[in-house]
Amino acid sequence: MKDINQAIIPERDKDKTPAIECIGLGIDFGGLTAVDNFNFTLGRTEIAGLIGPNGAGKTTVFNLLTKVYQPTRGKMLLLGKDTKDLTIAQANRAGIARTFQNIRLFKDLSVMDNVLIGLHNEIRYSLAEAIIRLPSFWRAEKVARERALDLLSIFDMADMAEKQAGSLPYGAQRRLEIVRALATNPTLLLLDEPAAGMNPSETGELMENIRKIRDMFQISILLIEHDMNLVMGICEGIAVLNYGRIIAKGTPDEIKSDPNVIEAYLGKKGNANA
Amino acid sequence: MSVFSTIVSQIFNGLQSGSVYALVALGYSMVYGIIMLLNFAHGDIIMVGAYIVWILMSFLALPPAIGAVAAVAGCTLLGVAIEKVAYAPLRKSPRLSLLITAIGVSFFLENAAQLVMGAGSKPMPTIIKGTNIEIGSAHISFVSVVTIIVSVITMLLLTLLVQKTKMGKAMRAVSEDMDSARLMGININRTISFTFAVGSALAGIAAVLYSCAYPQASPTMGSMLGLKAFVAAVLGGIGSIPGAMIGGFAIGLLEALVSAAGLSVWKDGVVFGILIIVLIVKPTGIMGRKMNEKV
Amino acid sequence: MVKNKKGIPRLLAYAINALLFFVFLGILNSLIASGIFSSYYVKILMLIAINIILAVSLNLATGFLGQLPLGHAGFMAVGAYASAIFMKATPLPNFVAFPIGLILGGLVAAVFGFIIGIPALRLRGDYLAIITLGFGEIIRVVLLNIDSVLGFNFTYGASSLKNIPKTTTVTNAFICVSIVLIIIHTTIKSKHGRAVLSIRENEIAAESCGVNTTYYKTMAFVMSAFFAGMAGSLYAGYVGILNPSGFAFMKSIEILVMVVLGGMGSMIGSVISATALTVLPELLRSFSEYRMVAYSLLLIIVMIFKPSGLMGTYDFSLSRIIGKCGDKISSHLRKGKEGRR
Repeated sequence: MKDINQAIIPERDKDKTPAIECIGLGIDFGGLTAVDNFNFTLGRTEIAGLIGPNGAGKTTVFNLLTKVYQPTRGKMLLLGKDTKDLTIAQANRAGIARTFQNIRLFKDLSVMDNVLIGLHNEIRYSLAEAIIRLPSFWRAEKVARERALDLLSIFDMADMAEKQAGSLPYGAQRRLEIVRALATNPTLLLLDEPAAGMNPSETGELMENIRKIRDMFQISILLIEHDMNLVMGICEGIAVLNYGRIIAKGTPDEIKSDPNVIEAYLGKKGNANA
Repeated sequence: MSVFSTIVSQIFNGLQSGSVYALVALGYSMVYGIIMLLNFAHGDIIMVGAYIVWILMSFLALPPAIGAVAAVAGCTLLGVAIEKVAYAPLRKSPRLSLLITAIGVSFFLENAAQLVMGAGSKPMPTIIKGTNIEIGSAHISFVSVVTIIVSVITMLLLTLLVQKTKMGKAMRAVSEDMDSARLMGININRTISFTFAVGSALAGIAAVLYSCAYPQASPTMGSMLGLKAFVAAVLGGIGSIPGAMIGGFAIGLLEALVSAAGLSVWKDGVVFGILIIVLIVKPTGIMGRKMNEKV
Repeated sequence: MVKNKKGIPRLLAYAINALLFFVFLGILNSLIASGIFSSYYVKILMLIAINIILAVSLNLATGFLGQLPLGHAGFMAVGAYASAIFMKATPLPNFVAFPIGLILGGLVAAVFGFIIGIPALRLRGDYLAIITLGFGEIIRVVLLNIDSVLGFNFTYGASSLKNIPKTTTVTNAFICVSIVLIIIHTTIKSKHGRAVLSIRENEIAAESCGVNTTYYKTMAFVMSAFFAGMAGSLYAGYVGILNPSGFAFMKSIEILVMVVLGGMGSMIGSVISATALTVLPELLRSFSEYRMVAYSLLLIIVMIFKPSGLMGTYDFSLSRIIGKCGDKISSHLRKGKEGRR
C-alpha cells in the first residue's frame, strides 16, 4: 500500500511550487478533534477530489483552507507561502476561491452584480472617484462588466446577467457560484459538492466545464463530491477522509481497489453478512 | 454609620437589584437561546406587570397576594400572546425583520400604557411588610431579604424545570438545533410558546419584586430595567441560564458599588461601558458557548 | 459618447436631472416669495428636507448594510450641538460659516460613529442595536450634564442651547438633500456599494469573494453617521434652540419607521415616507397622542405583512424612465415610417 502521507502530484506539475501544501493540519472543536494530521499537496494544474462518508470532515477541511477556521495544529502553504493568521478575505486575495455546499449567493442582487462582487479586487477606483463619477470609474466599470459577461459565457449564462440570482434554477445557481469564485482570479478553486442536486446530463456537462476551466485558467481545482462517476471521471488524485483523517490517497484506480476505502464506505465484511 | 454597615447594606442592595436583573435576564437569555431574538419587549412586560399590581391593589383594593399572582399570570399571558401575534408569523423571515418587530412591540406597549394610564408615574402601595433585620450595626430591609430568597427559589425551580422535565429537555433540544428537534418529533411551536411563558412569568415575578423596591409604575420603567438585564444576560453569556443569574447579580453588585462610591449619576454609563467591554473582550460572556455559524 | 443601457446619453441625463432640480427649487422659492406658502409651510418644507436626510442616511446602514443602529438620533444630536456651538462662536459671515458648520456637524458625528462602530460592527446585528441604543441614551445624558461636570457653558443642558443663528433655508436644505442623495446613490452603484450590499446578502460569501467586510461595514456606518450629523446641523439652524430631550430614543424610532415603511434598501421609498410622515402628523394634529402608538403598530404590521415596505428595493431613475419613453417614441416613429412605406 502507498504511504498516505506522501505527496502525489501529476508529472507536469512536479517542477513547480505546489498550489497548496498542508502539513499536519488539524483542528479541534471543544475537546473534539474534527480534522487531524491532514497532509495534502495539490499540483498547480491538478484536479483533485476529497471524498469520504458524511461527517468525515471534508467541509471542515475546506473551511480550514479558506481560513473560515484557524487550524489548531499544523500549517498550510499557499504557493509556498505560509497562510498563518490570514482572514477569509485575505486568503481569497492570496488566491483561494470557493463555492459552498449550501449555496451562498447574493440572492437579492442580479447575476451580474454577483459576478461583479467576485471581481471586487480586480476593479480599481477609489470611493471619491465613484462619487464624482470620473471617467476612470466608467472605464473600470465597463471593463469589469465585459469581463463578467465573458466569465458568465463559460457556462452559457451571459443572457441571464440581469436576472435576480435567487430566482435562477438550482443548477444555474451552482454554476453562478463557480463563476463568482472564478471572478476573484484564484490559483486554487475549491468546489463543495458542485454536482449536488444535478441530473446525470447536467453532471456530465459540469465535468466538461470543470476540465475546461482548468485548461483555460491553468488553475488547480479541489472538489468534494459524492457522485463517484464525477470524481472518478475527472480527478487525477483523490484523498479519502474518514473520522477527520486521510485513510487513503491515490489515483482513481488505486482508490477503487483500496481495502480501507471499501471498509469506510461499506463497513467490514463481517458486518455486512451479520 | 460604620464602614462595615455601609458595605453590608450596599451588598444587600446589590443582591436585591441583582436578583431582579437576574430574573429578567433569564427571560432574555431563554428567548435568545431558542429563537435568536433579542426580545426588546421583555422589559415592557415588567411594566405591564407593575400596572396590574397597581390596578388591583390601589384601584380595586385587593390584597397583595392576589395582585402578585395576577401580575405573574398577566405577564405570562402577555408574553405568549406577543409571541403568537407578532413573532410567530416571522419565523422564516430575516432576523432584522424580527428585531424590528420586537422594537415595534416594545414601543407599542410603552405608548399604549401612556395612552391608557397617563404619562405620569403611579405610586405603588406596600406589597411586602416586615421588620428590618439587623446584622451588627447594619440594617437590612425585609424587602431585600424576601426579594433575594424568592428569586433564588425561583431560579432553583427553573433549573429543575429545564434539567429534569420533558418540556425542559425539549427547550434545550430546540435551542441546540431547531431542525433536528423538529425531526425528533418535538413540537416546535409549543416549545417556543412555553419558553415565552416561562420567561414572561419570571418577568412577572420580577415586576412584583421590583415594585416592592421602587414603589411606582410608569410607562417607561421597563426600558432601562430591561436594557440592564440584557447587559446582565450578555455578561453572563447569552443563552446560558446559570450565566444569566451570575450576570444579574454581578450587575446589581456593580451598581451598588458605583453608588457607594458616590457616582450614582454614572450608574447607567458604567453598565453600558461593561457591555461594550464584554463584547470586545469576550463576546460569549462568562458562561456562554461559542456559536459557530455552519458554513 | 458612451450611452446608458436604456437610451439617453449620460451627460444629457445629468443635465435633465440638474435642470429639473433647479426648476423644483425655483418653483418652491417663487411660491414662498409670492406668499402662497406661508412661513408655516416653509417650516414644514425644511423639516421634510431634514427628515429625508435622516431617513436615507439610516437606510444606508439598515437597508443597504443590513445593520440596525438604534442611536441615529444620537448622531443627529452630536452634529446639531457641534455645529450650533460653532455657529454661535464663529465671527465668520453666515454664508461661509454655514457650510463649515454643516461639515463640522457631520464630521463630529462621523467620529462618534467610528468609535461606536469599531467594537459594535465586529459582532452580530442585535448587539449593534443595543450598543447604539445605549450610545444614543448616553449622548443625551452627557449633553444634559456635561456643563455641570466641566463647569463650562457649552450645551446649557436642560435649559437649552439658545440663540443659534437660523441659517437653514428651504434652498440650502434641499441642496443638502440632493447632495446626500447623489452621494449615497453613486456610492451604492459602484464597487464600494456592491461590497456593502454583499455584506447584507451573505457576509461569509462576501468575505470569500475577497471583500474586506470590516472596512465596508465601518465605511457605511460612518457615512450614515456623517449624514445624520449633517441633518442635525440643518436642524440646529432651523429651530435655533436645542434641548437634549429632542434627541431621545423616540426620535431614533421615528426615523426607523420612515425607513421601514418606505422600504429597506429603497432611497425613493425613504424620501416618500419621510415626506409623508412629516406632513401627516401636521394634518392630523388632533390625533397627536395616538401618533406614537400608530408608529409602533406600523412597524409591526409592515414587518409581518409587507417586510419590503412600500417600495421594496425599487429605486427610481429618471433617466431610465425618460430612456424607456424615448425608446417607445422612437419605435413608434419607426413603425409609423415603416407603415407609410
